Amino acid sequence: MSKQQAFDRPPQTAEGHQFSGFFHWIEQRTGLNKLLHQTLDEPIPGGARYAFIFGSGLLFIFLSQLITGLFLALYYVPSVDHAHVTVAYITKVVAAGSFLRSLHVYGASAMVIIVLLHLSQTFLYGSYKGKRELLWVSGTLLFTLVMGMAFTGYLLPWDQKAYFATAVGTNVASEVPVVGGFAKQMLRGGNELGTLTVSRFYALHVLYIPALIFLFMAVHVYLFRKAGAAGPISESPIHPTQKTESFYPRQLLMDLGFASLLIVALGLAAFFVPAKLGPLADPSDTHFLPRPEWYYRPLFEWLKVWHGQAEMVRILVIPAIVVFLFIGLPFLDRSPERRPWRRPVAVGIYSAIFLGLISLGAYSYFEDAHDKDIAAQLAQQNVAEIQYMKEPFKPQLVGEGLAPAGAVNAAANPLAAAGRNIFQSHACFACHGEGAVGTSIAPRLIGIGNQLSTEQLEQLFQNPTQKMTSGGMPHFKFTPNDVEAIRAYLDSLQ
Amino acid sequence: MKTGWEQQGQQHPGEETEDKRVLEGRRSFFLWLVGIGAATMTALLSIPLVRFALYPVFAKNTSAPWSKLGSRSKYASLAVPVRAVVDIEQVNGWMESVSQKPVYVTRGNRMGSLDGVQVLSAVCPHLGCEVPWNPDTGKFVCPCHGSEFAPDGSLIQGPALRGMDTLAIQIEEEALMVRYEYFQALLPYKKVVG
Repeated sequence: MSKQQAFDRPPQTAEGHQFSGFFHWIEQRTGLNKLLHQTLDEPIPGGARYAFIFGSGLLFIFLSQLITGLFLALYYVPSVDHAHVTVAYITKVVAAGSFLRSLHVYGASAMVIIVLLHLSQTFLYGSYKGKRELLWVSGTLLFTLVMGMAFTGYLLPWDQKAYFATAVGTNVASEVPVVGGFAKQMLRGGNELGTLTVSRFYALHVLYIPALIFLFMAVHVYLFRKAGAAGPISESPIHPTQKTESFYPRQLLMDLGFASLLIVALGLAAFFVPAKLGPLADPSDTHFLPRPEWYYRPLFEWLKVWHGQAEMVRILVIPAIVVFLFIGLPFLDRSPERRPWRRPVAVGIYSAIFLGLISLGAYSYFEDAHDKDIAAQLAQQNVAEIQYMKEPFKPQLVGEGLAPAGAVNAAANPLAAAGRNIFQSHACFACHGEGAVGTSIAPRLIGIGNQLSTEQLEQLFQNPTQKMTSGGMPHFKFTPNDVEAIRAYLDSLQ
Repeated sequence: MKTGWEQQGQQHPGEETEDKRVLEGRRSFFLWLVGIGAATMTALLSIPLVRFALYPVFAKNTSAPWSKLGSRSKYASLAVPVRAVVDIEQVNGWMESVSQKPVYVTRGNRMGSLDGVQVLSAVCPHLGCEVPWNPDTGKFVCPCHGSEFAPDGSLIQGPALRGMDTLAIQIEEEALMVRYEYFQALLPYKKVVG
């Protein structure tokens, strides 16, 4: 039989009957059936196991995030003017809106949990061994992308906690020496967190990062199938010897069972404890305590606890070591040994880092709970959220928010807002006029930032000129931060 | 890499044992079960998605709000129809805008009148042009197709198929309130739109 004839002959199914003409026609052109069978017949050394369910669990949650995200985009508008009101509309008005948004919000947490489980399973089973270096590296990239999705998505509702958490989050970038300031400006689309930041985060969240996730997911799955399933810890990572079992049916059923469990859990949580939306972001609120989501708490605490000494070690050296160990793992740990108890160094370091992160996170919550002032403020923020959720939806009046330019600038720039507070509290307006426009007894201050640097302004406050003293300018003791804020406020009035 | 599927075909060419047939039967049964389960799950999960996406299509139009036309006494002794403008709050999804619509306050006893006062929508019931009052002829004359209406809005001459539409009115704290609505054009009777 020639090759051509073999191709034309309707392929036989395992049951022995032939495909009907139509399916044969489709199959010849797409090879879908063959692909399906290659997928289902993936051999697993040592047989199906519950330990192997996390990878497809991730795929499933990713699909759920993708679908709920696509639907949320039907209503969401990425701009400071409309972001919050559109999310409020989704949450309070649109049918099933609160449910779908909650699925998306909780799905993000679920994704982080499962990615950690998948990672831990791969690590503990030594499944990165035996020509699987690139498979592991693609996984670490996917992990980073998932964390990036969580970070960028958090800002989008533009409520109080979103605004302040992201303000802190993007500030972290600026702590990195040399490139930090630039990285922060790139993320924010300027110096301040504003409407350009929302656009950027939205584009990253729905276009750039998802595109990269698709790409690296394809790479990850391809490399996985190329290397083959690693099987249990007793299996050789290079030359598998154990009896294989195909993915279908048992592993598939386990995976589907896990997926069902996930969707039921998410569905119940979303239905009975819907995700909250807080009041609209108010950058001039100086009391708000920013707190990130639980999965960024360890990092948050890491940057908080250890301030002052050995900054470089804290911000650069230790994180760089952790990242190096994380990505470089399969290159560093090259022995074929897979049993965790025979890999004390790798498992020890892994556990230390993991437990360290958990402790940092736990300590952060503990600290908050045991500081009376902080606990009270956080409780108050929570109450504000609950109250906001109870309020009926108020549509946004078109034309609303067209306040004078100065007011808008000050509100959009927290530094300027702080400056305005100082200007008010120190009664600067008494002599320099409301809005620093100047009076007969004291000069106009608008635009002074163009003439004097912050340092020069600081100098002026410390060593007033003869003219200032005789004019009755009080001697204020401002910190450099105060001066910076005052300057930002005066700049915003231009 | 040879998959299990290919290996099977090569190892047992044409071999059809009892065991294998039972195994394959069970295999396809499971596949069906998984398929049905997945389909049910998908169907269940798509309910909220469909509701979410279709919300604006089926959202109940909240009854048009009442707008204030001014004090009742202002319209107590009308000789001819008086043009007035109503502010209408329109809610479009999460957005609210205020637009202004012209109406005529006239004397008359058509449906919807209150103590001999009625408010007419200025929208022509023919094809929706705005109908002005012509004080010279003492008639409403539509500039688009020439329909003519009496001072109380009733039809004198087509092509319109009905008189000018009266709007629901009520008195609230001595103020004349009107509920602005749109009506379908080209019908011989009034039918509220949307």
